[in-house]
Amino acid sequence: MFLRHVAGESPNEYILHHLTFLRNKSPNGLLDFSTVNLDSVFFSVVLALAFGGLFYAAARRATTGVPGKFQNFIEWVVELVDSQVKDVFHGQSKLIAPLALTIFCWVFLFNALDVLPLDLLPGVAGAAGVGHLRIVPSTDLNIVFGLSLTVLLLIIFYGIKIKGPVGFLAQFALHPLRIQNPLAQALVAPFNIVVEFASFLARPVSLALRLYGNMFAGEMVFILIALLTLTYGFAGLASLGGWVWTVATLILGIAWSLFDLFIGFLQAFIFAILTVVYLSEASEHHD
Amino acid sequence: MESIAHIEAMTVLAVGIIFGMGAFGTAIGFGLLGGRFLEGMARQPELGPALLGRAFIFVALLDAVTFIGIGFALFFTFANPFVSAVQQLQSAAH
Repeated sequence: MFLRHVAGESPNEYILHHLTFLRNKSPNGLLDFSTVNLDSVFFSVVLALAFGGLFYAAARRATTGVPGKFQNFIEWVVELVDSQVKDVFHGQSKLIAPLALTIFCWVFLFNALDVLPLDLLPGVAGAAGVGHLRIVPSTDLNIVFGLSLTVLLLIIFYGIKIKGPVGFLAQFALHPLRIQNPLAQALVAPFNIVVEFASFLARPVSLALRLYGNMFAGEMVFILIALLTLTYGFAGLASLGGWVWTVATLILGIAWSLFDLFIGFLQAFIFAILTVVYLSEASEHHD
Repeated sequence: MESIAHIEAMTVLAVGIIFGMGAFGTAIGFGLLGGRFLEGMARQPELGPALLGRAFIFVALLDAVTFIGIGFALFFTFANPFVSAVQQLQSAAH
């Protein structure tokens, strides 16, 4: 937060500077697939490799004897996710628990990057000539919607695999109103389809926006705390009032960091658990 | 100029309402959740940790729309799309 104060930049410009992605080109229109947010992609790939490498190393070195600290920690994470999956998932699939573990760890690593001081990595990148940098991939709508649309595809895939294509489409017409008389059921079907479709689409959207909203709000508060701190900068240390101000904003920053880390952990966990819940609902036979 | 000031004034009101209603809803929700959690824990203390885990899951679900609202409110504060729409129209008219 203290590391860089660009002289002459107004607060609004500072905020907008920290909200701009590093893009390869500017998009024409609302939906342009040739525009890539290079910083989000870079950090998500780096974190995926870090997570994969870490867990792979743990698996290679795993012993059945007394575990070391590293193995203990990895085992704790795996058991945490596995116990929740066993609680929630009533079908049979070997994919679900590793999927939940990957989603949880990867999203948690995204969110954990929010704890780094706001100007640290962008400052280093700025010295290297890079104009903008946003380091938290879950503050990028593309990344979170990528995750949740993948979950949606998995839900559709599992639904079709377990219930068959006809069964999968039929469930839209048969819930929430189920009547024994086939004629009445056919009359009620359009209402059912509308309601079911809305709740079906609400799931990936809410999954994505929940994570995005939490992380974006956290980052926004960090930017505002940084603005508070940078109002006087190091010149504020000249007076007693300045010292009080600096210490107060430092404490505020630390408190918010801890809270944001907790929220990041919680939101990653929720994303993974809800994925398991939706896949469990998609894989069960309604009879 | 006047229309932009008008829009910005309305946006300020809207942002205040978004923050306030979000806080109001989650406060009631958390209060109810916390109360029921304490009741349940008092009845069966051995379920304490499991109930706490489930309570945090519901905390995250309750928070969701509030934070979505906060995200939008901050977006309106710093990159107001209504103002830029009016500015586009004004520059097209000139």
